[in-house]
Amino acid sequence: MDFRVDEHAEEFRAEVRAFLDEHLSDEVLERAHVTGTKHDWGFHRAVAAKGWLAAAWPKELGGQGRDPFEMAVLGEEMARRAAPTDGWGTTELVANTLRLVGTPEQQADVIPRVISGEILICLGYSEPDSGSDVAAAKTRAVRDGDQWVIDGQKMFTTLAHEAHYVFLLTRTNTGVAKHRGLTMFLVPMATPGIEIRPVRTLGGERTNVTFYSEVRVPDSARVGEVDGGWDVMKIALAFERQPTAQGEMARLLELFVDWAGSTRREGRRLLDDPTVAARLARLAVNCEVGRLLGQRMTWVSSRGDLPIVEGSMCKLFTSEAFVGATSELLDALGPEGLIQDGQEGPPLGGVVEHAYRHAVVTTIYGGSSEIQRSIIAERELGLPQTRPG
Amino acid sequence: MDLELTDTQSALRNSFGTFFANESPPERVRRAEPLGFDLDLWRQLVGLGIPAMGVPAEYGGHGAALLEMALVAEAAGQSLAPVPLVESTVAARVIAGAPRPELSSAVLDGTKLATLVLDSDRANAIRHAVPAGAVAHLIVWLDGGQLVATEVPDSAARPSPENLAASPVCFIDSVELRNGSGWLAGAPRHVLAEGELARRAYRRAVDEWRVLSAAALAGLARGALDLGVNYVKSRHQFGVPIGSFQAVQHRLADVATEVEGARWIAYEAAWALAEDPERAPALASMAMIFNSSSAERASSVSLHFHGGYGFMLEYDIQLYFRRAKGWSLLNGDPGREHQRLARLLFGSEDG
Repeated sequence: MDFRVDEHAEEFRAEVRAFLDEHLSDEVLERAHVTGTKHDWGFHRAVAAKGWLAAAWPKELGGQGRDPFEMAVLGEEMARRAAPTDGWGTTELVANTLRLVGTPEQQADVIPRVISGEILICLGYSEPDSGSDVAAAKTRAVRDGDQWVIDGQKMFTTLAHEAHYVFLLTRTNTGVAKHRGLTMFLVPMATPGIEIRPVRTLGGERTNVTFYSEVRVPDSARVGEVDGGWDVMKIALAFERQPTAQGEMARLLELFVDWAGSTRREGRRLLDDPTVAARLARLAVNCEVGRLLGQRMTWVSSRGDLPIVEGSMCKLFTSEAFVGATSELLDALGPEGLIQDGQEGPPLGGVVEHAYRHAVVTTIYGGSSEIQRSIIAERELGLPQTRPG
Repeated sequence: MDLELTDTQSALRNSFGTFFANESPPERVRRAEPLGFDLDLWRQLVGLGIPAMGVPAEYGGHGAALLEMALVAEAAGQSLAPVPLVESTVAARVIAGAPRPELSSAVLDGTKLATLVLDSDRANAIRHAVPAGAVAHLIVWLDGGQLVATEVPDSAARPSPENLAASPVCFIDSVELRNGSGWLAGAPRHVLAEGELARRAYRRAVDEWRVLSAAALAGLARGALDLGVNYVKSRHQFGVPIGSFQAVQHRLADVATEVEGARWIAYEAAWALAEDPERAPALASMAMIFNSSSAERASSVSLHFHGGYGFMLEYDIQLYFRRAKGWSLLNGDPGREHQRLARLLFGSEDG
């Protein structure tokens, strides 16, 4: 048993930090924060230039062959610095899926442009009527010769306004069980008939509703078998990365402890105020436990297995802990904590206030806490499945 | 990074798991109440070499690592074994490391059971809890600049009141401990170490107690969870097992996640005591904090899902519920532990 992070991963951590010091400028962070768009082309291309967009891929496929320990470090450092990596995440996920189930033409056309940082791919899964019940998608794709005609609507198509493609989940068969009538397509965003409408959120992030009206794509845009979309989705879902809430919470805690160590109230450091200190101690405990659950995920991956239960436990625990932490930290700031950044006098530049509004999405996206609990209950505890169908 | 037990460690965890499951079933746990000590079970453990197991080889022990003792403690905790495994392991390590061969050999061969006072370094303490004090022959504690082992006279009438956890804890006034009066009247004192060495050895021992207790609590939490899961699989209401209701499943999933976290923070803290001494005190504190609340939650959620039966003494979950709180509370008010952890992590302007 050895809890030390391997030396080569720690060396990589130093490299990632140096990269972030150079490329993650205040300007990049400010722009991402103000626009709510967690993607920055300059930053993205700098990441691509380092070869990190597909860092875990084999070298012969354009990657760097990095192991799960290095990938965990990469993700953690990015999250700790609030780097705008949403586009990288979804794009790499789709590229990985194409690597396994795409046609040679799709792979040749798309993958190099992903790795070079030239293109972004967004995800079109959720719809107004289907979030957790993702297989209930209604967006229709109807065959017309060697084309498909797509009509429907997607919710939370984050980064559609920056993306070159949408990885689209459609219904191609209404006469079978819902899982068996789905097909995936890689649809160019420039295709006529696609409309993007921005959605502003509590956390300040921008997402989109996208509308598809008689969008025509060739059959060569289909990814996987006709009516075999669910199998493709399962592969794609397996590529979703380690949850970021852990890194986000660690970042917030570090910023707060720093600030509380140099801020005085009632004649002492805020850090020496017993109520504040006790709260921070508990958050540090949750941070450490969350970190260990994440390391277990990395460990299982490093053995060549899929960390399903480990992933659910990590995501559930760290996101819920993050939500709780933002509330506790905001409480510790008192009423001044309410002041938002950009106004006069927000403590810590309003980062806690912002985190309080943002954190609530982390227990919802990437598989809601309830979905994670069901996975744990079924796979770890052997309890009966509760979702009908 | 290596998060796998070695084959030896795995075998250790499995064999003690089996041992305690077989030798410390709920019936035996109940029979040991209210004192909470089964002398025959202790003798069985002596026969297995437990008192010497965690003592370094150079002091006459078997040299098992603290991580390995944590695995044994976890197994004991899962079966609520009514033996002071944690206290005896930690105190044996202290005594064996001091130049007192007559004490040391008696402790190593299990003739004398040793324990420690956890807060004898607290300046203004009026009264101390002595875990396992009701059955111990030797009590290790810090008397200012001296690390001391007090030998409890055989005839001592120790105040060991019946308590929530059926724990063999007893209580002593600070004055009585320091002066050797009250029920410690006439008790011989042995100085084990002096000065800075004494203080460091004592603080380390208390951290070891915290870590092994955290491991025991992780085991307890797992045992409580298992009871709950088994119950909800077999209990039917409204025509279905109650384990098929999401409210039930989801709370158990939260508990299962904490139980896993509890295991790993205990292992990390045990590992750190040997391999990462700088982080070890904070990790020991974290493990105690997290595993106390996790054990409490696991046992209370599990009890709750037993419905009315959970409230009956004849169902086993109440055994877990009472000990989850009891074993945790021996460390003191968790609020204070949070404060202590904060000082460890963030320092203090007062130094």
